[in-house]
Amino acid sequence: MKIKEFALENIPLIGLVILMILVSLASPSFLSVDNFLNILRQTSINAIIAMGMTFVILTAGIDLSVGSILAFAGAVCASMIGADTPLLVALFTTLAIGAALGAASGSIVSFFGVQPFIATLVGMTMIRGAVLVYTDGRPISTGDFEVANAFYELGGGYVAGIPIPVIIAGVVFLVCWYVLNHTRMGRHVYAIGGNEQVAKLAGVNVSAVKITVFAISGALAALAGIILTARLESAQPTAGLAYELDAIAAVVLGGTSLMGGRGRITGTLIGALIIGVLNNALNIMDVSSYFQMIAKGGVILLAVVLDRRGKTTE
Amino acid sequence: MKKLLRLAVATAVLVGSTTSALANDTLALVVSTLNNPFFVTLKEGAEAKAGELGYKLLVLDSQNDPAKELANVEDVLNKKIALMMINPTDSDAVRSAIRAANRKKVPVVTLDRGANSGKVVSHVASDNVQGGMMAGDLVKKMLNGKGKVVELQGVPGASATRDRGEGFNKSIKEATGITVVASQTADFDRTKGLNVMENILQAQPEIDAVFAQNDEMALGAIKAIQAAKRDIIVVGFDGTDDAVAAVKKGSMLATVAQQAGRIGSIGVETADMILKGKTVPKYTPVPLQVITK
Repeated sequence: MKIKEFALENIPLIGLVILMILVSLASPSFLSVDNFLNILRQTSINAIIAMGMTFVILTAGIDLSVGSILAFAGAVCASMIGADTPLLVALFTTLAIGAALGAASGSIVSFFGVQPFIATLVGMTMIRGAVLVYTDGRPISTGDFEVANAFYELGGGYVAGIPIPVIIAGVVFLVCWYVLNHTRMGRHVYAIGGNEQVAKLAGVNVSAVKITVFAISGALAALAGIILTARLESAQPTAGLAYELDAIAAVVLGGTSLMGGRGRITGTLIGALIIGVLNNALNIMDVSSYFQMIAKGGVILLAVVLDRRGKTTE
Repeated sequence: MKKLLRLAVATAVLVGSTTSALANDTLALVVSTLNNPFFVTLKEGAEAKAGELGYKLLVLDSQNDPAKELANVEDVLNKKIALMMINPTDSDAVRSAIRAANRKKVPVVTLDRGANSGKVVSHVASDNVQGGMMAGDLVKKMLNGKGKVVELQGVPGASATRDRGEGFNKSIKEATGITVVASQTADFDRTKGLNVMENILQAQPEIDAVFAQNDEMALGAIKAIQAAKRDIIVVGFDGTDDAVAAVKKGSMLATVAQQAGRIGSIGVETADMILKGKTVPKYTPVPLQVITK
């Protein structure tokens, strides 16, 4: 009985383990420490965005603007590093811009009663436009100053053999986990997603919480933009296109309900890993690009259907 | 009522005069996307040549969306332009846009990407198959006809992907000692080039050369190769500023340069000849060049 309960609770995790077993049977080069670090590093960007997305989705919202915020933040950050701005100044300015863009979406949702889907769709379009205006459609290099080398470490460096993006994602995970499970803010996020009216009557400042969750999502998208820009030592105007979909997929794969109120940050991390492992496996097995899309869609479908079945039998 | 009528007549006259002023010396350029340095360079080439020949150039951005492209074409056809140059988002999807121009009797010149139907006076493009072969020939020469090669492909199903791949593989097949150990798509994108190359590096202990079907993917692959401290030559395609800088620095062996600016300028020259009543060839190839250190 206990095993069954555990299984129902942890369908995403079991799915990830099964996927990894299948892939390692199919390809011997999958199972290596190097490749695992590689997968974790590649996953960290989507994981960071998806963790921000989890906050928004838990309040029954959605944030489509994360990919554009990532690109804008990356472009601003790259040009600051290229102009020899001190590292910490550049990083905090970029994060603040991301948070501000997110808060702007949140304010539109809160104060004008616009659906999050529409508000952030508008944000996605306008911010992408701003990226193109800012970059003139060209990549921005981080330049040759000393600070550019330090900046590169954020994306390409290691501490004790672990890639720095993975460490950053780990820290973000711990902070998100703590906020969601052990703070008043976290309880309010779940309460609003469960039933907004009841939360309001119970004295929760719904507007403030909503603006905060979008600001968190924006700031984390900006953080992902910083890491991506650091890895490539340049910011691309096309960076982050369709990243919102990967992030939403990770959240949903992790068992969080799009209706809000239900879900865990741990699940999101596992969801992001499933997508990361899948991308890596398809490349390693040299699967033709035409089949890759079918495979990706199929795995996500399977995972979500299994998860829903698990929920209904609860 | 009289006043209203007078206003209407005045407006009509005004509109009539401005449109006729537009008609003779205005060219339209509908670009698939300006969210890509290549097409920005193409646009700049066209702008420079148009200025030189005394044309006014209207530039519209289709943002890689065939629906937006059709809307752009419909809008610009209402402005009574002399000729339309179009760089289609997709060779099939552009059909209705070109037919709209045909109906308005506006001559059409396609740039870089062709159209599979509709009446097009001339097509100006570099030959992607030939470019792929040039890349393949270079790789063969560098490896002395022996080694393991990785191909990073563009957006699946795009004509540039097919043509560059076809040319490259045709050239590589001639050398029996060379095997293509992985052929994976990275969607013409630098980030994906990095991630896909990292994954391939995990799977393949021996790689001698990488051919990326565009520079963005090549630049991403170089980052992966550098981080893995492996010694692999990389050949890109397009000759963007970043790629040329990488070639100069020595991190990229070569890039097969489509001369984006010249596609734009030759496009305008072709338009000029058509408007002056000269005959033009159905296809004007724009030469490619291999840029090495």
